[in-house]
Amino acid sequence: MSLKRIQQIWGFIFLSPWIIGFLAFTLFPLAASLILSFTDYNLNRADEIHWLGFANYMKIFTDPLVGISLAATFKFALIALPLSIILPVGLAALLNAKQLKGKRILRTLFYMPYMVPVVSSVYIWQGMLNTETGWINRFLGLLGIAGPNWLNDIVWIYPALNIIGIWGIGNAFLITLAAMQGVPTELYEAATVDGAGPWGRFRNVTLPMISPVIFYNLVLSVIGLFRYFEIPYILSQGTGRPGNAQMFFNLHLYKTAFVFKEMGYGSALAWLLFAMAFIATLALFVSSRRWVYYASGDGF
Amino acid sequence: MAIQTRVISSTIASPWYLHQLGKFGASALLTLFALILVSAFLTPFAYSALTAIKDKEQITASARGSILPVDRVKFTYEGKEYDVVKVPFEDGVRELALFIKGRQESTFIDPADPTAEPIVWKGSWRTLEPVERLAPRWGNFAIAWQQVNFPRLIFNTLVIAVLGVIGTLLSCISVAYAFARFPIPGKRILFLILIGTIILPSQVTLVPTYTFFARIGWVGTWLPLIVPHFFANAYNVFLIRQYFLTLPRDLDEAAMIDGAGPFRILLSVIIPQSWPVIVAVALFHTVFAWNDYFMPLIYLLGKPELQPISVGIQVFNFQYGQQPHLIQATALMGLALPVLIFFMAQRVFMRGVVITGVEK
Repeated sequence: MSLKRIQQIWGFIFLSPWIIGFLAFTLFPLAASLILSFTDYNLNRADEIHWLGFANYMKIFTDPLVGISLAATFKFALIALPLSIILPVGLAALLNAKQLKGKRILRTLFYMPYMVPVVSSVYIWQGMLNTETGWINRFLGLLGIAGPNWLNDIVWIYPALNIIGIWGIGNAFLITLAAMQGVPTELYEAATVDGAGPWGRFRNVTLPMISPVIFYNLVLSVIGLFRYFEIPYILSQGTGRPGNAQMFFNLHLYKTAFVFKEMGYGSALAWLLFAMAFIATLALFVSSRRWVYYASGDGF
Repeated sequence: MAIQTRVISSTIASPWYLHQLGKFGASALLTLFALILVSAFLTPFAYSALTAIKDKEQITASARGSILPVDRVKFTYEGKEYDVVKVPFEDGVRELALFIKGRQESTFIDPADPTAEPIVWKGSWRTLEPVERLAPRWGNFAIAWQQVNFPRLIFNTLVIAVLGVIGTLLSCISVAYAFARFPIPGKRILFLILIGTIILPSQVTLVPTYTFFARIGWVGTWLPLIVPHFFANAYNVFLIRQYFLTLPRDLDEAAMIDGAGPFRILLSVIIPQSWPVIVAVALFHTVFAWNDYFMPLIYLLGKPELQPISVGIQVFNFQYGQQPHLIQATALMGLALPVLIFFMAQRVFMRGVVITGVEK
């Protein structure tokens, strides 16, 4: 056996944990959930299983909670997606400013809440957003504004969820900042010579140069949107209150599969989620050719 | 060209100190703005900390009372307790114990001089503000600690975390080593698939995985939270591989010439040079396991004796709601360790985030 062949075999041996894991925890379950989605499999009566054809997928159209949960996800996204771009870029631009003092400590402090367990952060924000005792409404009260009933109002719940989400900005902010710091200074100098002011430099140098990172953050945000679960689950104690305003798609999926144990219909919902996330990601990738600029000439 | 001359002439025309002052002013303004922003950003921690040490009575007594943990000052007179209130007189406000309440006039006793004649004051006692004294209830943390059974939760979390760290290190080091050093056919595609799993929504694989674990009797045990970590994950493999790629190959080759096999090289050449990334992955996974909520929620439902800290806190607050001080105390106890680890190893964390985020 040649040395190269031996090296290849060793390579596969070291690779085997991932190959086994990929087959066992990704590829096989992917196929299994597709098959399950055509059955009425229920874990509470695991002995009987019937082939239903497309019945589960037809049920999606008649299940009122599908429409409600998609609407909730969409209403949330309307604020969440713009925020997921503007906030990290804005904050990174601030922390990248030459004149700013104490950058290091500020960067650490803005990142830190990302480390807070979601359970803790939900309880802390639930207190902050309390209509009577919460500091946000008390602060608004000082300004003479009667604060809304953030958590029990079917409209205000979405801004409230986005306020809670701000604590999760850490990762996106940090990689945006790193990308900004990586923009070569010669480009700024050249732009200045060409007569660009601060805004022109930001618009025509910084933004194109960091567009791959904006794109990366956007893809993760869109996928995160479909997976959005923990904050509304803890906040509404699993009910989706107020009304069904917090009944996000993934919460509906969770209840179907893991509370009612309807694995067949749950799998169909999961595949719908997968399809939506896939199409959204694909659309982003297609659009990225128009607005994402790769300095090195190749994508990731 | 015209603009350039203008820039130059303006710096010449204005005295140097004005320029300096402008720079200083911009810097001060910007820094002030950032400070206000970061204070607002972190204010919820203050809210949580101050609420956690409040007395329950203070919270239920008035929604709009002090934001600080306070007690009403009382004065004991002839065996009975009286509230101390602020009473306005012409020569200033005096703090007096409210002895007899009246709508037209009330009678007070001066705590500084209780033997003196009671003082009569005209006006409704209801308009008087109570005298409050800072009174942090540190004991709330002890109550929360006991009621949530923190020692149990921490033990559960640490077992899950430590076994997960071992699993993820063994598997990810091995896989990263394969990707960094061996000529595997189709390596580029395999690596793309690995990275692609990051954007695969786990929901679509979760239902069958749960079903499978349920059928082999693992639901309601720690195994589904530990065993999958022995099969590598994209983030950590990527991080470790990037590190391995920076290590010079000369040492590998020297060891190989000395007759060392691939295992030997990994153990005595690669790993000894890689402690920074190994520590980073171990810390990442510890924080991940500590904060993970969804997986323990579905796999340990109805098993309070096995639940880790995240689910334990939520279940406790779900059952014993309406105790804002204890809710905040448990929230703080839940975040203490990850935040502490972060502050001690912030560079490790932030570097890791940047590597996985930017280079990919």
